Amino acid sequence: MSDLKPLVEALLFGADGPLRGDRLAEVLEVEGVVVNEVLRALQTEYETQPRGFFLQEVAGGYQLRTRPEFADYLRRLGRTRPFKFSRPALETLAIVAYRQPVTRTEIEYLRGVDSGSVLKTLLDKHLVRILGKKDVPGKPAIYGTTREFLELFGLVDLAALPTLKEFSELATDADMDESAAVLPREVSGD
Amino acid sequence: MDSFSVHLDNFTGPLDLLLHLIRKNEMEITDIPIAEITAQYLAVIDTMQTLNLDVAGEFLLMAATLLHIKSRMLLPQIAEDGAEEEDEEDPRAELVRRLLEYQKYKDAAVQLDELPQLNRNLYARSAPAPEVVEEGEGEFAAVGLYDLLQALQQLLVERPEPLAHEISAEQLSVADRISQILTALQGQQSLAFTDLFSAQISRHEVVVTFLAMLELVKLRLVHLLQSQRFGAIWLTPAVAEPTGLDSDVDEETLGYV
Repeated sequence: MSDLKPLVEALLFGADGPLRGDRLAEVLEVEGVVVNEVLRALQTEYETQPRGFFLQEVAGGYQLRTRPEFADYLRRLGRTRPFKFSRPALETLAIVAYRQPVTRTEIEYLRGVDSGSVLKTLLDKHLVRILGKKDVPGKPAIYGTTREFLELFGLVDLAALPTLKEFSELATDADMDESAAVLPREVSGD
Repeated sequence: MDSFSVHLDNFTGPLDLLLHLIRKNEMEITDIPIAEITAQYLAVIDTMQTLNLDVAGEFLLMAATLLHIKSRMLLPQIAEDGAEEEDEEDPRAELVRRLLEYQKYKDAAVQLDELPQLNRNLYARSAPAPEVVEEGEGEFAAVGLYDLLQALQQLLVERPEPLAHEISAEQLSVADRISQILTALQGQQSLAFTDLFSAQISRHEVVVTFLAMLELVKLRLVHLLQSQRFGAIWLTPAVAEPTGLDSDVDEETLGYV
C-alpha cells in the first residue's frame, strides 16, 4: 500500500475534478478497501505535515484543495472569482438544498416572495437543477441541488449539510402534520 | 418608532420584515401581539409609500393578511357547542408556522454561507479535462433536462426568427424525423447531438428534430449521454447495449421516466 500512495497522489493531482474511490480502484486495479486505506493515509499525511493543501472528500469523491488559511493569497492570483451570493439567492439555495425535491410554489410560500428570477440565476450557475415534474395539476417542475453545489460548499453528499436548527415550537406532532399538509412533499413521476 | 431607518430593500420579503419587528420589540414569536405588530408593519409600509418608493406586492399582501388576522382575533369566539371551540385554531397559527419555518431557512442560509467555499476560501487542484475523450472511455452520464434545454437554446439563438413570416406547405414532421434519426443510428454506436443539427437546417427543423429526439428518449429507444458537464451530448441506441447503462440513465434522463 505504501507504494500506492505516490500513485494515488499523482492521480488526484492530475484529475479534472473530485475523483471517486471506485474510479481509483478501477484505474489501479485494486480493491476498493485498499484505495480507501491509501486515501486515509494521504489525508492524515497532509493534515499532520506542513502542507499548502489537503485532501477533501467532496461530492462523492476526493479532491486536493488549498488550505482555507491561504485563501487571501490565492485570491491575489485572480484565477477564479468567488460566487457572490445575494441574501435571496442564499435563502433560496438553502430551501432547495434542505427541502428537495421542491417546487417553486413551495419555495415562494416559504420565503413569502416571488423567487422566479433567483431560481433562474441558480439554474444558470448550475447549483440547482430541474429533477423532473411533480405529478399534480400543472405538472410544476421540481428542483434539487447539483453536484456542483456539493463541490462549491465542500460537501460529501446532502447528508453532510449542516443540521437545521429546529425550533421547539415546531417539534410538536400537530404542527408537523399541519405543515406537511400545507406543503406536500411526496413526488411522483418516477 | 424608527421606521425611517427601516428600508424594505434590507429585507428579502415580508416574513423577513416581520421577524425583524418581532425581534426588535422582543416579542414572543408564538404569542405575537397582533394589533401592535400590524400597526408597526403598516407604519413601515406607509413610510415607504410616502417616500414614493415602490412597495412590492408581497409586502402589501402580508399587510392584508395581518389585518385579516387582527379582525379575526377581535371577533368573539362563540362556540355553539363546546367541542367545536377546541378545534378552532388560533388565527395567528399559520403565520407563526410560516415565520418559524422562514427563520429556519434564513438561519440555514447563513450557515451555508459560512461553509468554506470553493474559490473563496479554498481552491481546488483541477487539471483541465482532456479535449477529446477517446471512444469508449471516460464516464458517460445521463444528460439533465437543463443541459438539454441549454443546447436547444443555443441552436435557436444561432437561428434567429426571420422577420418576414412565410407560410410553406410542406414541412418536416416529427414522425419523419424520428425515422430519420433511427436510420442514422442504425449500426452506429452513437451519434453526436450536433450532427442532428447541421448548419443548414432551419429553426423549424431544429424544433422538430428536438421534439423527435425527446420522443425517442420517451420511447426508450435512445439514451442521451454526456461525458462531462457542458460536454458534447451523444445519442446512443438504448436497445443495442443493455450492459449496465440502463439504471444510470433512467434515473436522470429528462424526467421522462
